Amino acid sequence: MEEVKKENKLWKLFISTFTLSAFTFGGGFVIVSLYKEKFVEEFGWIKEDEMLDITAIAQSSPGPIPVNASIILGYKLHGVLGSLVAVIGTILPPFIIISLISIFYTQFRNNKIISIALQVMRAGVAAVILNVVVNLAKNVIETKHKLHIFLMIIAFIATYFFDVSAMVIIFTCLFVGLTTVFLDYRKGEI
Amino acid sequence: MSLLLTLFFSFIQVGLFSVGGGYAAIPLIQEQIVEKHQLLTMAEFTDLITIAEMTPGPITINSATFVGQRVYGTLGAVVCSIAAILPSFIICLTLAYFYYKYKNFSGVQTVLASLRPAVVALIASAGVSILMLALFNSNINNIVLSDFRYLEFGLFVGGFFMLRKFKASAISVILGTGIIGTAIHIIIN
Repeated sequence: MEEVKKENKLWKLFISTFTLSAFTFGGGFVIVSLYKEKFVEEFGWIKEDEMLDITAIAQSSPGPIPVNASIILGYKLHGVLGSLVAVIGTILPPFIIISLISIFYTQFRNNKIISIALQVMRAGVAAVILNVVVNLAKNVIETKHKLHIFLMIIAFIATYFFDVSAMVIIFTCLFVGLTTVFLDYRKGEI
Repeated sequence: MSLLLTLFFSFIQVGLFSVGGGYAAIPLIQEQIVEKHQLLTMAEFTDLITIAEMTPGPITINSATFVGQRVYGTLGAVVCSIAAILPSFIICLTLAYFYYKYKNFSGVQTVLASLRPAVVALIASAGVSILMLALFNSNINNIVLSDFRYLEFGLFVGGFFMLRKFKASAISVILGTGIIGTAIHIIIN
């Protein structure tokens, strides 16, 4: 009986992560809100504040938010096996869709109309990315944290105009962050 | 075989260093795949971002699958996808373990707060690269002013306006610029 229930839960987890991933366009936060609907409200598998914590961990860890969230969620529901099931459910839909597109990419790209469309859509993609940038930069500026604003400007100049690698930028900021924690600790603020 | 290893280690790095959601992965993939290993051209890479934006799923997984398929077929796609999520898998499992054990993070938040500005800058840089490709069909170093494309400039301004003023969705802006831009392009030529 216990075995059947366990298999059922894993299957339900797989089907849920698969369908949510297949029909979710847009960023990681979209899918996290759908997870909340499904796993908190519909299935009652986890509590609401737990979902918020999972989101925070997923967001602060490297990698895509939906993948991270499904790993933590799967772990909570069924340990490492649960994580595996959830993550496979999450990556399978994009894997299948993009595989099909990339196999036909050459035919796709050589079609005159499609190639014009892909070219003009770059303007739209640039608008989308820079819109995200404006929102993110606003958040950083609104904290009025001078060091962070300074880091952001310097990092942009370094990466765009001087081709400094992303890893160098991230490690430098990581170092600054660790130093801040250390200094706060020394001051007794933590 | 060595190509597979190159793919594997490139996407391990993409997975490991893309902190802060989908857009954060774009500059890392650009660096690894376009600049360092030259497995895709900047134009192909921009097509990839366009396609990734129109299809469901995280951009990292979309890119890993696309690059893997283009360079090494289905095996390549599987290897790239596994590499891209391996760091997430290890780090998230570890954090989940500690979360359920301690449910307490304090110094970690301070460190992450100082990473966010870097991530914003990296995304900005990727966005500007794509904008330059859209407007001049080249990067910042060899812009020819006479190549300026008015149509794309208009589409960019229109798209940006729709996003900010009317909170239009990303997919509708991209599809919209595609349909309107293609129609105008065909009418003009």
